[in-house]
Amino acid sequence: MINEKRVLIIMPAWNEAESIGDVVREVRGELPEVDLLVVDDGSTDDTSGIARKAGAIVTRLPYNLGIGGAMRLGYKYARREGYDAAVQLDADGQHDPRYVPKLIDGLQEAPLVIGARFAGEGDYEVRGPRHWSMIMLSFVLSKMAGCKLTDTSSGFRACDRNLIELFADWYPAEYMDSVETLIRVIRLGYKVQQVPVAMRHRLAGAPSQSPAKAVLYLGRALLTLLLALIRR
Amino acid sequence: MTKLTVLTAITAMVLLVLIFELLRRRQLREKYTVLWMGVGLIALVLGFFPKLLDRLASAVGVVSGVSLVLFLGVVFLLIVCIHLSWEASRLEEETRTLAEEVALIRTKLTELEPAE
Repeated sequence: MINEKRVLIIMPAWNEAESIGDVVREVRGELPEVDLLVVDDGSTDDTSGIARKAGAIVTRLPYNLGIGGAMRLGYKYARREGYDAAVQLDADGQHDPRYVPKLIDGLQEAPLVIGARFAGEGDYEVRGPRHWSMIMLSFVLSKMAGCKLTDTSSGFRACDRNLIELFADWYPAEYMDSVETLIRVIRLGYKVQQVPVAMRHRLAGAPSQSPAKAVLYLGRALLTLLLALIRR
Repeated sequence: MTKLTVLTAITAMVLLVLIFELLRRRQLREKYTVLWMGVGLIALVLGFFPKLLDRLASAVGVVSGVSLVLFLGVVFLLIVCIHLSWEASRLEEETRTLAEEVALIRTKLTELEPAE
């Protein structure tokens, strides 16, 4: 319980056996009053088993659905078990669980709270096409939301019961899920708020930073933006 | 009968037999039956009388009936492709929902099992 709210942390994981144990133990240690659900997105390694032994609730998809598919399952679980708030947290250790109470505090003012890099805390740096797409996205989305959003693709976010309800039925399976959900939430008239957080370096796995991937990311960002704006 | 008519007639008959066989073995869903039977029959008639559409073709500014059939055929195939993409997206969404259900049920089962 944080602020009288039953909180569920949703942690999608795909072949994260290397790091999932430490991440789960850290979350359990920092936030013993919060439930942790690891959504195993059809891993071929022992992600599920390790997470369960480390103290998480585990739900396992029979095959890989992608990050969006895992998230929707997480929200379905949150809805079914009647949680008041849900927090998305990455399994690679880059999101610091000590910020979770801060995000939950933010829920008093807005139903969706985003933990944002580039908002004063931390020293995360991005360059090139990926940087341009982030600037473009944060410009357009800040305009739409009527408040400053510096990190629209951040997967570190908290939402309240209404949005759990929404995301349990509707959560895009496509790659740019965080941007698309953000646009949807804004267009439905919900308030969005950001809280500055510092991101840490990943415990395992390489970040995707090759130039070709960055250009692809820009293209996908534009397409997602366009589609999300014209979609009903 | 010209050589071309022989070719188109044989093609149409093979097509019709194929569709009929698939229907008979219940390999095609009912909603597609009418569509493909219609296509088969039209192909059969046009296969035997390729000149049937010549007048309609010149009325809409196409030189020969064969060109018109070709054009309509391409349009028809495009529509079928789009329809199949749509159908695949829908099926994917359905299997996604099933996968989620399976995962939730498995989690519930683990909770109910007595801890060793």
